[in-house]
Amino acid sequence: MTQKYRLDKEGYINRKKSISFKFNGKKYFGYHGDTLASALLANGIHLVGRSFKYHRPRGFIGSKEDEPNAKVQLYNGAKTEPNAVATEVELVEGLVAKSQNCWPSVSFDFGAINNFLSKFFPAGFYYKTFMWPKSFWHKIYEPIIRKAAGLGVAPLKPDPDRYEHKFEHCDVLVVGSGPSGLGSALAAAKNGARVILAEDKSKFGGSLLTDQVTIGNKTGKEWADETVEQLKSMPNVVIKNRSQVFGYYDHNMMVMFERTKDHIESPNKYTPRQKLWYIRAKEVLVSTGSIERPLIFGNNDRPGILLASAAKEYIKKYGVLVGKKPVIFTNNDSAYDAAIEFKKNGINPLVVDIRKNSEGTAVKEAKDLGVNIKFSHAVANTKGYLRVSSATVGKLNNDKSGYENLENIPCDCICVSGNWTPTVHLASQSGNKLKFDEIISAFIPNQSHQNETTIGSANGSFTLKKSLEDGFNKGFEVSNKLTKKNIKSDPPTSNEKSYDNYEKFWCMPLPENKKYKRCVDFQNDVYVSDIELAIREGFRSIEHVKRYTTLGMATDQGKTSNLNGLQLVSNIENKIVPEVGHTTFRPPYTPVTIGTIVGREVGKHYRPTRKSPMHSWHEKNNAVFVDAGLWLRPRYYKQGNETLQQAAKREGANVRKNVGICDVTSLGKIDIKGPDSAEFLNRVYTNAWMKLPVGKARYGVMLREDGIVFDDGTTTRISENHFHMTTTTAQAVNVLAHLEYYLQVVWPELDVNVLSTTEQWAGAAVAGPKSRELLKKLFPETDVSNEGFPFMGFKEENLFGIPARVFRISFSGELAYEINVESNHGIFMWEKIMNLGKSMGIQPYGTEALSTLRIEMGHVAGSEIDGRTIPSDLSLEGMLSKKKDFVGKRSLNREAFLNPNREKIVGVIPVDKKTMIPEGSHLVKDKNAALPNPKLGHISASCWSVEYNNPFSLAILKEGKKRIGEKLYALSPLKNKSIEVEVVSSHYVDPKGERVRS
Amino acid sequence: MLLINCPYCGERDQSEFTNGGEAHVARPKDPDQVNDREWSEYVFVRANPKGIYYERWVHTHGCKKWFNAIRDTSTDEILKIYKIGETPPLIKRFKNTLRSPSGEPDVGSGNFTVKKP
Ligand SMILES: [Zn+2]
Repeated sequence: MTQKYRLDKEGYINRKKSISFKFNGKKYFGYHGDTLASALLANGIHLVGRSFKYHRPRGFIGSKEDEPNAKVQLYNGAKTEPNAVATEVELVEGLVAKSQNCWPSVSFDFGAINNFLSKFFPAGFYYKTFMWPKSFWHKIYEPIIRKAAGLGVAPLKPDPDRYEHKFEHCDVLVVGSGPSGLGSALAAAKNGARVILAEDKSKFGGSLLTDQVTIGNKTGKEWADETVEQLKSMPNVVIKNRSQVFGYYDHNMMVMFERTKDHIESPNKYTPRQKLWYIRAKEVLVSTGSIERPLIFGNNDRPGILLASAAKEYIKKYGVLVGKKPVIFTNNDSAYDAAIEFKKNGINPLVVDIRKNSEGTAVKEAKDLGVNIKFSHAVANTKGYLRVSSATVGKLNNDKSGYENLENIPCDCICVSGNWTPTVHLASQSGNKLKFDEIISAFIPNQSHQNETTIGSANGSFTLKKSLEDGFNKGFEVSNKLTKKNIKSDPPTSNEKSYDNYEKFWCMPLPENKKYKRCVDFQNDVYVSDIELAIREGFRSIEHVKRYTTLGMATDQGKTSNLNGLQLVSNIENKIVPEVGHTTFRPPYTPVTIGTIVGREVGKHYRPTRKSPMHSWHEKNNAVFVDAGLWLRPRYYKQGNETLQQAAKREGANVRKNVGICDVTSLGKIDIKGPDSAEFLNRVYTNAWMKLPVGKARYGVMLREDGIVFDDGTTTRISENHFHMTTTTAQAVNVLAHLEYYLQVVWPELDVNVLSTTEQWAGAAVAGPKSRELLKKLFPETDVSNEGFPFMGFKEENLFGIPARVFRISFSGELAYEINVESNHGIFMWEKIMNLGKSMGIQPYGTEALSTLRIEMGHVAGSEIDGRTIPSDLSLEGMLSKKKDFVGKRSLNREAFLNPNREKIVGVIPVDKKTMIPEGSHLVKDKNAALPNPKLGHISASCWSVEYNNPFSLAILKEGKKRIGEKLYALSPLKNKSIEVEVVSSHYVDPKGERVRS
Repeated sequence: MLLINCPYCGERDQSEFTNGGEAHVARPKDPDQVNDREWSEYVFVRANPKGIYYERWVHTHGCKKWFNAIRDTSTDEILKIYKIGETPPLIKRFKNTLRSPSGEPDVGSGNFTVKKP
């Protein structure tokens, strides 16, 4: 158990509980309370990955969510997770992690050759190089880029974990539990507000966990612990750790994910892995803190070079030294805290400070402890391949354009600090237009556009005193608005170090004649030279520079790089940063697992499944189902080894010969009631409805207001002011919405009510020449003769004691009836029909046979009513009333719709009478014509005609019926088919429609 | 995600509603009497302002009722909700409308100014 860099004291880890884990195949040990990052560092491991483009060796930069380099792949198989941030992964027994973006291993990476070829890979390289030829894209360029630039590997198996969603409301959501967050939560809660406090880390307290401060007579940590306990005991407070608020959406909709499982050693099987919280907060207090900025210098991206705050945090939180020969490089006082921590633990750091001097108390304390400081110096370059081994340090000349002397100082880590950047992501997402604060050289929130208030160091107040004041005051203010109470809590007194000014200097000059790479964006591998190049090439807008160089576009969202990039652009362009502006912050603040966003809506829970009341019968009778919207409908009833086509042929032929039964429950049904019902139908359907007698059905066509056919179906007059409308399965919901819209918005004067009754009725179509004989058996008392129950007739009947509605309507083109009973009697009806029809050879038929029957009859359906056709395209011009207005009528008079050469419906048969024509085939005159071959139309639906025993298709063809008799070609490049076809009438079977009336 | 105050049900999440586009676009009383241009304006042409917008919503997964809303499209703030048939409240300019740095106009995009008739 060799954790060479672990201290005997310090940290919030449990040294009694050792944990073993694997990294890149090797076994290591850490302690309970570690992150993967702190455990690796305790074992002296800095090298964790390779850079994105040039495969340069990379180590940890940070200690929290800002980490740009340490992206690892966790576990194997279905459980594997790519791009996990090692600094955010809590160590558990048996954790398995490996480096990404390297092959064959992290210490010997073949892709590192890109580094030596880097002059060929500048900014915009991909845009410039892979333009031509087009055909190279997916065969050559893309696979290479994917392999070279890959992040982690996505799992190939379904996610074994489960994820939950939760909806929550509160008065005040506090994001972050540092001093301002804790203070505001306490103040708001004491004033009666319902508070949710969210902390993304496992421990509450933020900076109080690492800073040497006192609040009242306690240490910062003690005060934080006590405040958390106090909040937990309050019934109006929900307090959550491991919970990252990552998105700020409209109307204060906050989205947060909570890590509920991965940190638990042996979790319950049903524990969700993560929970997604949708929190609608009346007020949001953003206390997300700030992130330290790196400094830019030659080869500043070697493993071992990291933020000074991270070095301090690894000591204070985990008792881990990031090195034993540290160089600390800074332009401000806060880095001295790290120097002091090193010194206190027996390590002698060297501080390299850009400034001439500093009067801050931290600097004084460091001096008193005997820390070696080089003022007016900078790190110009570093050496060491897989780990930094020395810093090239020099005295900056007066205008900081170069160095007076340079010396090589051996070291095993360099801790850098370029001062602090407020974490303004959530404020920016909320619509807050940020402003540039010259004092801290960073953006801070300005004018809120939602009920958002940013406090503490996220708002640019970097002192504890100000953060506590901010927290307590704003917590009271926002709660007072909501609760109208006046219970005010005063901020406690506090004690902290004083900080002197920082130097506004981030990017170190290169020593004379040196071309060292100076990294700006670590995760996306963007260097100073890339940004200079983009500007030389004429990119001016920061949004363009960002996209051209990919600066800040990686999954870390440029947390450590954005401001340094902006500063560079402003320096090169000689502008001030606010003139350059900033790019937009977008959710998520940190990466979110797709599984969390999806939640429980996976597999069969993806969407509801609608089943007809006869579903169990279909299952028992070997139905093969097909999705029809949300419905599961029998496609065919399989007998023996039948194929789909054989079954459809058999079922269809039986309808034409004997009688068949089809489940039509899924057809949309709408109940229409009210004194103006007939007038309403007259306006929404193209044909006349005022004179439809009670007890009669009528076929109707509906248009959209732009003249395109919308839906069709039959509507029956049940009584004077009561109609029963049917729609297609696909459009049932849309037709109801269409009717509601016209009733409520366009014609509110009409007294009509509409209601969906689709699920209230079970429907069976009984079709075929023997259907009348069967009907006689079902309703022995009823006159079912052609005169007594004519085509388009309707009767309210009694099916052996069950009330039933019987319609004489037909979709198959045969003599047919449709019987509806209340849904709970569906099975009774179906079995009764099957029993009584046995002697007539009844067979059930599915949607495939149903299609066949309607296609050869030339009845239009969804494949013809495709959102492009008008009534005359579908031979429905006879349905258009000339005497009244209806929805869409005026649009039909537009020029394009009056063109006689429009594509219209026809039938098509293959000349060889054998080859099925693939749906979607294009119709052309000459199959060998030069491309693009002029298209005359397309095949909309195909079937094997049961009447004529040869293939038949419907087509939408230019000039329509005028072409009957012509020979054309149907081309299907997808199926590699070219079929000679003859144009025929779309009414292939029974063109006069005699059967339905027989 | 907006929080929409249905005049019949109260505050509900946006996911329960469907947006119905610009409000107060009246269907011509006698469609045969309007020319093609006027008709196509009714069917196809809608305003797309940056700022105050009168629009229709329907509570699809709720009471199924249509109603009108006035929304600032630049901030998504809903300024007023009223029932179909009620007189549209007049809101001239809303203080919170986000200004673009380029000073782009209220109506249209940064590239093209759309003139309101
Ligand atoms: Zn409602």
